[in-house]
Amino acid sequence: MSFVDEINKYDPEQVRAGIAAKTVSDVERALSSERLRPDDFMALISPAAEGFLEAMAQKAHRLTRQRFGNTILLYAPLYISNECSNGCLYCGFNAHNRVPRRTLTLDEVERDARILHNLGFRHILLVTGEAPAKVGNDLLAAAARRIRPLFSSISIEVYPMEEAGYAQMVEAGVDGLTVYQETYDRALYSQLHPFGKKRDYDFRLLTPERAGAAGLRRIGIGFLQGLGDFRSDAFFTGLHALYLSRNFWRTQISVSFPRMRPAEGGFSPPSPVSDRSLVQLICAMRLLMPDAGLVLSTRESAALRDNLLPLGITQMSAGSCTAPGGYADGDRSTEQFAIDDDRTPAEVCALLRSRGYDPVWKDWDSAFLDRSAGC
Amino acid sequence: MDPLIIAGRSFHSRLLVGTGKFASNAAMVSAMEGSGAEIVTVALRRVDIDNPADSMLSHIDRNRYLLLPNTSGARDAEEAVRLARLARAAGCEPWVKLEITPDPYYLLPDPVETLKAAEILVKEGFIVLPYINADPVLAKRLQEVGTATVMPLGAPIGSNRGLRTRDLIAIIIEQAIVPVIVDAGLGAPSHAAEAMEMGADAVLVNTALAVSANPGGMGIAFKKGVEAGREAYLAGLGRQQDRAEASSPLTGFLGD
Repeated sequence: MSFVDEINKYDPEQVRAGIAAKTVSDVERALSSERLRPDDFMALISPAAEGFLEAMAQKAHRLTRQRFGNTILLYAPLYISNECSNGCLYCGFNAHNRVPRRTLTLDEVERDARILHNLGFRHILLVTGEAPAKVGNDLLAAAARRIRPLFSSISIEVYPMEEAGYAQMVEAGVDGLTVYQETYDRALYSQLHPFGKKRDYDFRLLTPERAGAAGLRRIGIGFLQGLGDFRSDAFFTGLHALYLSRNFWRTQISVSFPRMRPAEGGFSPPSPVSDRSLVQLICAMRLLMPDAGLVLSTRESAALRDNLLPLGITQMSAGSCTAPGGYADGDRSTEQFAIDDDRTPAEVCALLRSRGYDPVWKDWDSAFLDRSAGC
Repeated sequence: MDPLIIAGRSFHSRLLVGTGKFASNAAMVSAMEGSGAEIVTVALRRVDIDNPADSMLSHIDRNRYLLLPNTSGARDAEEAVRLARLARAAGCEPWVKLEITPDPYYLLPDPVETLKAAEILVKEGFIVLPYINADPVLAKRLQEVGTATVMPLGAPIGSNRGLRTRDLIAIIIEQAIVPVIVDAGLGAPSHAAEAMEMGADAVLVNTALAVSANPGGMGIAFKKGVEAGREAYLAGLGRQQDRAEASSPLTGFLGD
């Protein structure tokens, strides 16, 4: 049974009503449970849990410490191309936006990669838009091969592929995938994605399953906060994370919490999510998934990121640039969105240490996937 | 109570019973009737499966009970597979409780041979219910090859000691995508209720009924224990409080 079958069992209206109907005693029961059921998770993301944020935070902190200690894994995105044939209304790469388009050559990819390597990064995330004619599987595989000697872990956040594409990525040394459903609300999804391959909701929803079947070892999911009813989206993200962790049990699942940022095209988020709600989501997700990686990007401000750290976060990006080639030439005119936390990786590290965290640069080894490594 | 679904087939009862060790066939039948079970396991090595007049088989109403042949006594995959094929050839439905227990003292299941046999039997179209030690990784490996359930033990077979493997069964229940049937070691209705409260999908009991002075009465008691545990699980148990009293709040930065 795929996650499409799973999600189709739920009526979105009933989920919304179910969340709204949760009571204080539902929240108390969820808070005292060792393992959460979907119903308990629903209570923790409901309005009824707003009065329990501190208790949720304390428990999330304790669980995270127990499972991950005081480590925070650092990673950086490397944008290969901002070419895109999709029409996502909220994205700076939208095909209709008149922005300069750029696709890096392999030499340029390596140039940015070396800069990140020299800053200390060993976990890298390759990002592109969706324009397979210009940036296809072969180019991505070649890019991964080219930078493989510099990194211990390479993840991709690109267009959804078929399973064979993911097998090709694994072969090229890619071990991780990030894909956001953006919103789990089918009707809203279809409004926000008026054209392009991304219009296919189910194909995107099944992306983690194709990647898992092809042997990717790390899979990250999430929804874009600010698009739809965040509580419903959070609920389905939690269900999705649970589903993946049970069906792809050899794979490390992580959940990200991206909030809408200003981007080219001037789209303003229809349902903005407050700091308070973001805290509630992060804590609830940790309580549901004690072992999942929880990821925070530079979309958020430095001050907020520092405060969110103890609530269950285990991975952070630092010193990010969302423009292809931006690390080497400093040109940000092609960026996907403006970042907020612009501290250097060294500054982020210093902050982490001052707060009692251990910044981790390397938490994987390419030898796991490298069949030619001998042994 | 909500139905138990195994391999697409629906059952009202979440209690499976075994047929070994009873003082008489009459005692066995009264335990089965009292328990309300719809699935009964029968050791293939004990019965003449080809012979409807076999004294034990002739006492089991096949219209009322699904006969689940088990391979107990098999010491390796090859022996278990052979037994399962014989049962199917004799007209049994292709359901099999896979038991491979090379150790005659504690009758603990062999994980390596069980996985091997499960893979072969699933490919041959059997509905496979494997008896395993409470090993969460083995449970996942088995569901991956296509078994219909996993059946972790609560304690060694026949020991009546209850849920000694509780913490590992909790992990199996948390992670499994097939029904989890706690099998072996449950000696009292409260043990069965406890397994059901934890979220087990069903339990299998044999010795506790067979050695009781009143097997029929004990069957009824286990039926009630299983039902109570399931109802409690569905209703959501109230749990002991563990509320943190923070000396340094983590959410103070949000203001009011």
